[in-house]
Amino acid sequence: MPLHIEGVCHSYGPVAALDTIDLDIADGETVALIGPSGCGKSTLLGIIGGLLQPTAGRVSLSGPPPADSLNPFTYVFQDFALLPWRSVAANVALALEHRRLGAAECRERVAAALALTGLTEFAAAYPKQLSGGMRQRVGIARALVVRPAVLLLDEPLSALDAQTRELLMEDMLAIWAREKSTRVYVTHNLEEASRLADRVVVLSRRPGRIREVLRIDVPVSERGRPEHTALLIDVQRRLWALIRDEAATAEREIQNV
Amino acid sequence: MSEPGPSRRPIPFRGGGFAPSPRRVVPWIVFAVLIGLWQAASSSGLLPPLFLPSPAAIVRALHDLWLDGTLMEHVTASLKRIIPGWIIGTAAGLAIGLAMGMFSSARAAGLPIVSALFPIPKIALLPVLILWLGIGEPSKVATIALGVFFPTVISAYTACDSVPRNLIRMGQSFGLPARDIVVKILLPGAMPGILAGFRISASVALLLVVAAEMIGAQQGIGAFVLTAGNLMQTDQLLAGVVMLSILGLLISWGLGAIERSVLRWR
Repeated sequence: MPLHIEGVCHSYGPVAALDTIDLDIADGETVALIGPSGCGKSTLLGIIGGLLQPTAGRVSLSGPPPADSLNPFTYVFQDFALLPWRSVAANVALALEHRRLGAAECRERVAAALALTGLTEFAAAYPKQLSGGMRQRVGIARALVVRPAVLLLDEPLSALDAQTRELLMEDMLAIWAREKSTRVYVTHNLEEASRLADRVVVLSRRPGRIREVLRIDVPVSERGRPEHTALLIDVQRRLWALIRDEAATAEREIQNV
Repeated sequence: MSEPGPSRRPIPFRGGGFAPSPRRVVPWIVFAVLIGLWQAASSSGLLPPLFLPSPAAIVRALHDLWLDGTLMEHVTASLKRIIPGWIIGTAAGLAIGLAMGMFSSARAAGLPIVSALFPIPKIALLPVLILWLGIGEPSKVATIALGVFFPTVISAYTACDSVPRNLIRMGQSFGLPARDIVVKILLPGAMPGILAGFRISASVALLLVVAAEMIGAQQGIGAFVLTAGNLMQTDQLLAGVVMLSILGLLISWGLGAIERSVLRWR
């Protein structure tokens, strides 16, 4: 679904977090939001999915959301947000239980989502028995089971170690090739942005403004090829040049928690 | 690679110790040695029986009290106060504590009052409760209920508060209705804290029943222990104390079993 962000501002008390964000996201497009810490990228994601009320501006979808989508705006969380007292299958089913679905359809959908994320044999396991990567696969399965129109990914790989991150990135690319939704991907990792996104939106920090929008012309599915390696490295270098100074400032700032 | 020789020195190991490892027999040995020393001191006449009777004498007293039914009579009297008192206090405490955990206005209204009343030793209220409710059972049950109520409020409220905000946001992001968020996320998430609170409130109930029975009761373990003391029947007195300890252990074991089955996911 085409998504429109119009004049979105947000402040936490006197602190301005986002300043007049205007952005149109096309149907089926993957947009990465990157920026130094404190640029309000997670705030923007919260506003897009209706978990935060913007101080000004609005976010809208063109037209009604697809009929088969149970939860048009669906999140994947950095800390997975799984219920530790529910098994993998029950965690995925949580997203369906309050919808008017038959038990059989519920089971079918859960089984399909688990199959898509390679979790079928872990259906009865509990989150604490799983590695970080498998936990995030549960988070992804739970998001896919409702057939989202817009998938909102809040640093989904940031809590994982480098090897797991690489494996899960490959899995996500394979899943996304089959599942058509619009995606907004918040990350601070430049490699993830360059590998996964059609467009990368660079935000400046405090208040967050759109500093630059970078389109990567090679289709996401072809970026793994060796001939594109140089291009991806170049993209990462340009992104880093855009945020480096602000990231350095951010790092040297005393945190007000 | 050079040849092994005197210049090569192995690095001494210095990493051992400090890690706890199970020693299953040690507690039993300590227990047996202490009781054995106690018995030896009593048998040799080092400990006067009036001051501290021997373990054998205590076991004998317990045995006799069991046989003539006195023990069960007093235990039953105490349980008839503990159980309703604990249930009333826990039910009310959970209702108020969970409301305070869920609603800001309930929290704003309840927290100052609860904080102000929590530190009062509830046994000090027994005379007032006797004035209001009479010397009989209701005043004792009410004392226990009050004593159980406040720690339960605090533990239910903090348990609710400790459920990660992000899980609630997750529920909201999937469009769960408020009732489902409470039933499927908040309550199960608060369960470990609530059950830990049960342990505290059960020990409070045991403490208060003994104190209340010492102040004004003919029956109950507290009354029995007090009477035995007044009559200088130290063996009976300690038999009552042992019974209290057994009761405490049984309660704690029961709660442990509940925790293990409810919190299996941990």
